[in-house]
Amino acid sequence: MSAGTLTAAKAGLVSCHACDLLVNRKSLARDPHPACPRCGTSMHQRKPDSLNRTWALLIAAAVLYIPANVYPIMTVISFGKGAPDTIYSGVVHLIEADQLPIAALVFFASIAVPVLKLVGLSYLLLSIQFKSIWRPRDRTVLYRVIEAVGRWSMIDIFMISILVALVKLGTIATIEPGAGATSFAAVVILTMFSSMSFDPRLMWDAVEDTDG
Amino acid sequence: MTGGDGDLTTLIACHECDLLHRVKPVDDEHTAKCVRCGATLYQERKNSVDRTLALAFTGLILFIISNVFPFMSFELEGRSQDNTLISGVIEMYRADLWGLAMVVLLMSIVFPLVNLMGILYVLIPLKMNKRPWMLAKSFRVLDLLHPWGMTEVYMLGVFVAYVKLSDLATITPGIALYSFAVLLIVSAAATASFDPRIVWEKVEQPQ
Repeated sequence: MSAGTLTAAKAGLVSCHACDLLVNRKSLARDPHPACPRCGTSMHQRKPDSLNRTWALLIAAAVLYIPANVYPIMTVISFGKGAPDTIYSGVVHLIEADQLPIAALVFFASIAVPVLKLVGLSYLLLSIQFKSIWRPRDRTVLYRVIEAVGRWSMIDIFMISILVALVKLGTIATIEPGAGATSFAAVVILTMFSSMSFDPRLMWDAVEDTDG
Repeated sequence: MTGGDGDLTTLIACHECDLLHRVKPVDDEHTAKCVRCGATLYQERKNSVDRTLALAFTGLILFIISNVFPFMSFELEGRSQDNTLISGVIEMYRADLWGLAMVVLLMSIVFPLVNLMGILYVLIPLKMNKRPWMLAKSFRVLDLLHPWGMTEVYMLGVFVAYVKLSDLATITPGIALYSFAVLLIVSAAATASFDPRIVWEKVEQPQ
């Protein structure tokens, strides 16, 4: 056989996603819950129930995206006056303070990345469901980018945890965490799980099926 | 194709597009990539075990320093406030946001520590030519937890917090902050130099 033209699935092989061992599908067929003979991880031709799981987690994240942006993530209380901050107003304050590079960083991590993940994963899921064969390599790159940048959205959450610990000078200045922060952290975690349950090989399966 | 198992060990399937490749040795520190979708297949790492062990030990020392010493201090109108790495978690817990406190605790302290300890747990016995208990499972857990340890993201959060407060008050970085910055580089290097194939080779060896 010539490597580089055949997929494991077409060759009748299942690849262990933990240790990369290739196993003959026939030898796994008898077992209802096949495990990798080398490392014991459960084996599947494709991630189990990938489309449904990815959609479910993604929709949950999209719903929580609303309170995450509407409710304040923190409140700065200074001399008795409270100024609530949302994700969006946090970026605006940084722009007003002329901290443009930091504003760009926070905009990217807290606003652009969550939207990219919600829209990007939805697009990738739909492209599989419509059996798209359009530019599979670029769609795989999009998936790789979504996987890589997802965790950076936690910047705002960590920033809040540092601010609330540092700024607690009673009536002079205190920063309190807000309910929006919990929703925002949930959005980041759910989209991370969502992209983990997505299987990019499904995009290539559509290409394989069309090629005959 | 129904090749025997002898055939199969020389093959690897791409994780992202399922294409089969024949495993060929690549140069040190180079990466074998999928010809169809460009995903990383495997990497060749020089002195993987020794290098990773050294980095993980360094990381553990830095981890202790980062957690024991003051992280940052904040001074406003003559009053100052010290904090450590875990202060944020405690404050969030006090504000009744225990879910958020848990998330920050896990991602900034627990998972990075588990990652370092896990590397040591797997590699110290391997270095002494022994097989650690539950090797395959431990490595699998290590692999699953890896994306959830977020020291580098935390560091950027520190940076943003610093910028936000610098107009308002005097912020002094503590020893723990410097050691935390080095820790994130060291633990990323430890993970990068760890070659998982060493683990699977050991698992395959008869005991």
